[in-house]
Amino acid sequence: MTASVFFGCTFIAFGPAIALFLFTIARDPLRVIFLIAGAFFWLCSLLLSSLVWFITVQISNKESSSQQKGLLIFGVVLSVLLQETFRFGYYKLLKKANEGLLMLSAEETMPISIRQLAYVSGLGFGFMSGAFSMVNILADSVGPGTIGIHGDSQHYFLSSAFMTMAIILLHMFWGVVFFDSCEKQHWWSLAVVVISHLLVSCLTFQNPQYVGSLVPTYIIVFLVGLWAFFCAGGSLRNLKLCLTCKDKDFLLANHRPR
Amino acid sequence: MPQGGRLYGALQIKILPASCVIGCFSIALTSSTYSHLLVLISMTFSVVSETRKMDLESSKWVIILLVCGLYKNVSCNSVEQKIYVELNNTVPCVRLLNATHQIGCQSSISGDTGVIHVLESESDLEWPLSKGPNPPYMVLLESSLFTRSIMMKMKNESNRVAGVAVVVPNTSPPEFSPHTTCPNENTGVYSDNYGPNLAHCNTTVWNPLGNGLSYEEFDFPVFSLKEDNETEFIKQCYLDHNRAVNGSAPQYPLCAMQLFSHMHAVTNTPTCMRRNDINFSINPEMVCDPLGDYNVWGSIRPYNDTVFGHKENESVVIAAARLDSRAFFWEVSTGAEGSISGFVTLLAAAQALREVTHEAPPTRNILFAFFQGETFDYIGSSRMVYDMENGKFVIDLDNVHSILEIGQVAVHSGTNLFLHSDPVSRRNNTVNDEVKNLVNNLQSSTAGLSFLLVEPNVSQPLPPSSLQRFLRAQPIPGIVLADHESAFNNRYYESFYDNAANLNLTYPSDLSPEEQLEFVTDTAQSLTDVATVVARALYKQAGGNESLVNTIKADPKIVTQMLYGFLVSSNNSWFQAVMAPELKNILKPSPPEYYVGVAMSSTPTRLVQYLLANLTGAVTNLTQSQCQKPDELPNESRQMYSYLWVQGIVPPNSTQRDSFCVRASVRLTKAVSPAFELGEYASKDYSTWTESRWKFIKARIFLVASRDLEMLTLGAGVAVLFTSLLVTYFISTKADVLFSSMREPASAAY
Repeated sequence: MTASVFFGCTFIAFGPAIALFLFTIARDPLRVIFLIAGAFFWLCSLLLSSLVWFITVQISNKESSSQQKGLLIFGVVLSVLLQETFRFGYYKLLKKANEGLLMLSAEETMPISIRQLAYVSGLGFGFMSGAFSMVNILADSVGPGTIGIHGDSQHYFLSSAFMTMAIILLHMFWGVVFFDSCEKQHWWSLAVVVISHLLVSCLTFQNPQYVGSLVPTYIIVFLVGLWAFFCAGGSLRNLKLCLTCKDKDFLLANHRPR
Repeated sequence: MPQGGRLYGALQIKILPASCVIGCFSIALTSSTYSHLLVLISMTFSVVSETRKMDLESSKWVIILLVCGLYKNVSCNSVEQKIYVELNNTVPCVRLLNATHQIGCQSSISGDTGVIHVLESESDLEWPLSKGPNPPYMVLLESSLFTRSIMMKMKNESNRVAGVAVVVPNTSPPEFSPHTTCPNENTGVYSDNYGPNLAHCNTTVWNPLGNGLSYEEFDFPVFSLKEDNETEFIKQCYLDHNRAVNGSAPQYPLCAMQLFSHMHAVTNTPTCMRRNDINFSINPEMVCDPLGDYNVWGSIRPYNDTVFGHKENESVVIAAARLDSRAFFWEVSTGAEGSISGFVTLLAAAQALREVTHEAPPTRNILFAFFQGETFDYIGSSRMVYDMENGKFVIDLDNVHSILEIGQVAVHSGTNLFLHSDPVSRRNNTVNDEVKNLVNNLQSSTAGLSFLLVEPNVSQPLPPSSLQRFLRAQPIPGIVLADHESAFNNRYYESFYDNAANLNLTYPSDLSPEEQLEFVTDTAQSLTDVATVVARALYKQAGGNESLVNTIKADPKIVTQMLYGFLVSSNNSWFQAVMAPELKNILKPSPPEYYVGVAMSSTPTRLVQYLLANLTGAVTNLTQSQCQKPDELPNESRQMYSYLWVQGIVPPNSTQRDSFCVRASVRLTKAVSPAFELGEYASKDYSTWTESRWKFIKARIFLVASRDLEMLTLGAGVAVLFTSLLVTYFISTKADVLFSSMREPASAAY
């Protein structure tokens, strides 16, 4: 009966990502391409950080636990910085690609806006990082055993799944905020993105106190999500209109002056 | 592989995943070693990059493991380590098949999992069999509870038992024999046509302590555990998680055990041999193999081993012993009294006869035969008799003058040995006279020794012995020498406990291994006496010079060295010296394994072959290359002798071994049941035992989560999935409104 754990964890970790992919990405081939490219860029950052990791592990003193711990923290910080660097690189690339796309486009309009690109690439980052952090765990969740013979918490699978979900969502939000800040050249908000990423990564050092890492992470998810919502052009007024189903009137009202 | 090579490989792997990480992603889920390494690496990647791994502790583990993985190619990952504890010191019970039945144990193909229950008494069985709320159960038994009644209850009364693990203690119980009460009942000489009143142990039950567990079939796995830290860990896991307080159901998570011992063969030997022959693929998959090994034999006068069949004017006295033994569990059989006491005595007797047969060769030849697979319906002896009958052996049955078989001879001070003979063939006067003559020769050899040789009641049949197979073919006079008058003295017949302690083989605690090897124990001393008697009787029986009989003496030093080597540690200086250099790896710091097995020439066979060659053969001055090709020399012949290059001892003040070439008339002949030669897989005359094949045998313990938690996880997953589908659908349909300001830059482009 541990197949239920496998499917439960898969749905938790990748449910939102799958839903977003199905309803917003899958219909548009261009978006799929940018999603995959985003995933690739994340992988490149992973490659680079793992190479550095290997070299440092080889030259470090394997017996000293404090050194190994320091190495781990160093690895986390380096990897986060590398990921954000690659996000910036991807942004630069997309800007160039956008110009090319504009040239190719028959309608002389952008086939995809930079905000959409931000969202798509952020989701690409999220997909790949989520997959990397979750797949090994999922492989072991099939059972028949569960974590805990050495006294660890048996909520490991569940909390890893929720953590992965948070990371995927965060990557998406970070992508939106990051690209928006680049567009508007708000460098301080770039710094906030990087710092919140660092913060979330370092929160996992709290484990196995899962509450201690999950609760702050979800607070950050909520805050960054809110920020991303506003960056993407959302507003409280829009939200209210949406929720009260007055959007049709709103559209009409918006169009009338034209 | 040298360290450098490994490092180079690791470096390659290091660079590899970078380029093929995506590709290996799915492959990494499979369990090959290489991909496990990749899992490891990719896991570390994720630790480094995101640290969404569970905790620091596990991350450290990953690092340690990674380092291990790079240097030692360890295939495991940290999540698995957090879940499972692999049990390394387990021994399974495996499936054997004969013409009509399957015996032994097996698990389902994906292993059997059950919640651990430590059985405290027989009445405690109620919990796993009916009362316990979390079936199926994996029952952990102390060996005192490993009885027929408990095992049969678990087999028959409930299907709530997933498997059994037996904790084997370091000290022996008062008595235990998992064998049948009447060993080799149907393939001995006694049947409805031959001494019907003696058949099926009607007169004497040889092994009254036998509970027959070895011959039962269990449809759940049964493993044995040693009494060590691992077992302590399992018990602690049980106490921490599974202990029912006041009969109430214990709280999840529960400690569970999974045993893998899936057997490929089913039903019986004819079925599995037929399946062996079905070749659909290029690599035909075998499901079972016949039990078998090699018999070792040697003679005091050499035979040309290319000339088979009857030899005119040749009369041979056969001295026989059996080599193998078994236990309920696979490959833990020790057979100290059951077989080692007999063949060590015979080896010592062969050595004692070397000098005198050179000086004054007896008129008859003496053939020392060591039979393999006798436990399983006389594989070795039936094959030799079959070969003799069909002209495939250097002599035939008509050349056999008489047979002296050494059975279980764990003689203790004050006890006597018994001379068993066959009452049916002794009804014939000539046979009876020969048997009496042999008895006389034996009894008259005991002069000066502490025990007597006594004939049991004449109406008693032969105990289970190789001689029975000869009698099936021809009424050959013969005696079986044994330490029991009727039922076996051995309280651990064919069990794990028939070990050095059962032979009272104890050494003073302050001796080094090398001193123990040389220390003459009481057991060795008494076996030496038996060997002396056997040697003298054989010499007389072979028509040797009566005046020289009293000069024949077995060497206690050799006996004690053999006992040490066969029962304590086969990796000792003496065994090293008598073995071939290429066979030194079979010597282990533990006693060898006496189960006949399916692998050709097991360790005991090789040891006995080389010991017999060294003890009866002659040291030559041939070089190593000459020893390999002796036919090129004028006076040497491979057809007459076998030439064995042995390591020799390390002389003092030297590091180089003094290797030399031994010339001896010692041969190996196949000990595979004639049933497989003839293709009669349902034979009633010959042994039809086969051993099933299996893929792997593994045991591990872990915790299982409650169904509630599993369902909670699944429910949460489904809820998250549907919520996100709904929310996303809602947002995507209203994206225009929600992100309305987003439109503005786009519309500005118009």
